[in-house]
Amino acid sequence: MAAESGKIDPMHQFMIEPLFGQGWSIAGHNIAFTNSAMWMVVTLAALLIFMIGGMKRDLVPGRWQAAVESFTGFVSGMMATNIGPEGKKFTPYVFSLFMFILIANIMGMMPTGVVGVHPFTVTSHLTVTGVLAVISFSIVLVVGFWRHGFHFFSLFVPHGTPGYMIPMIFVIELFSFLIRPFSLGLRLFVAMTAGHILMKVLAGFVINGINAGALTVAIVSIPSFILMIGITLLELLVCAIQAYVFALLTSLYLNDAINLH
Amino acid sequence: MPQIAQIAATYASQIFWLLIVFGLIYFVIGKGMLPKIEATVDARDQKIASDLAAAEAARGAADETEAAYRARIEEARAAALKATQDAKSAATAEAEKRVKAADEALAAKAAEADAALKAAQAKALAEIENVAAEAAQEIVAKVSGIEVDKAAAEGAVKAALAA
Repeated sequence: MAAESGKIDPMHQFMIEPLFGQGWSIAGHNIAFTNSAMWMVVTLAALLIFMIGGMKRDLVPGRWQAAVESFTGFVSGMMATNIGPEGKKFTPYVFSLFMFILIANIMGMMPTGVVGVHPFTVTSHLTVTGVLAVISFSIVLVVGFWRHGFHFFSLFVPHGTPGYMIPMIFVIELFSFLIRPFSLGLRLFVAMTAGHILMKVLAGFVINGINAGALTVAIVSIPSFILMIGITLLELLVCAIQAYVFALLTSLYLNDAINLH
Repeated sequence: MPQIAQIAATYASQIFWLLIVFGLIYFVIGKGMLPKIEATVDARDQKIASDLAAAEAARGAADETEAAYRARIEEARAAALKATQDAKSAATAEAEKRVKAADEALAAKAAEADAALKAAQAKALAEIENVAAEAAQEIVAKVSGIEVDKAAAEGAVKAALAA
């Protein structure tokens, strides 16, 4: 794939390269500081700067404070509508999740390539989205069993199920419940990966078309470039939507655990 | 796909750094900053709600004051109207009384004058009778030489005047 399209490899953007600390390890596992780790830290720094701007705590908010408050209000409103007053305890987690995914997604879209720094989308990695999904799912499990004990299993038997259907329904519901962390993690990973590959492939068409001559510029590069503008806007939308979906599904799963339907 | 191809070599580093970064985000931002921002928003909402309530109360008080003011104005107007009407009716009654008194005085004076007139008339009549009787006595005496007494002359004069 890479060889035919010149030097442009759409998968190269997902490569993890250690920056320093290649020798660091914990219990035999290498924990080198990679470009992925760097972009996580960039995300953290960006989020921190964004939040500090909202910490003026004025009675009449400025623009920045209003922006920060609209994000916190969005998440706490989502928790209130999906879970109710008890959801307030979990707002810090869902807010952290939402903001981390949103900013990591958007950081991966930043045109830092023009200054020689390859953008890296942290959330396009299965290990990252998987860990986030597992954390969400673990919280759901812990909260569910903590609050309801073995009564939590009644989640798998909806109200009004006929007696003879219970074994089958139980298995189906259990299966759909256990599949949640996978769907949660895979959805974000696949959405970010597919979008970024599409963007790189189209960018490759533009560059290779220009290299191949005037005719290919007209029939390949220009249409690809126009398409790319649209795809880029769509990707920015997907960045926000995927962060929202991840946070929304986490809050819905938490609602199952807290309120048992 | 490097995400899969590199997973064995990089998963530990990925998970390690993700947990550190996400842990920082959760504890510093989620637990530390978010509640403060939410508290600010809540304080603002409460302030707005209490200000609105205060404004509502002030409006109620203003309405009450205005109603009281209107009632007092209404009262004062009614009192003024009553006072003028009283004064008017009192004046009318007074005028009527004085007109009546004046009427009575005039009537009394007229009656007095009438009586005086009548007395004068009666006196004049009596004097005419007297004069006539004396004249008749003298005429009779001159004409016939008969001395007619005064009573007879008077009776004849009365009979002639009555006729």
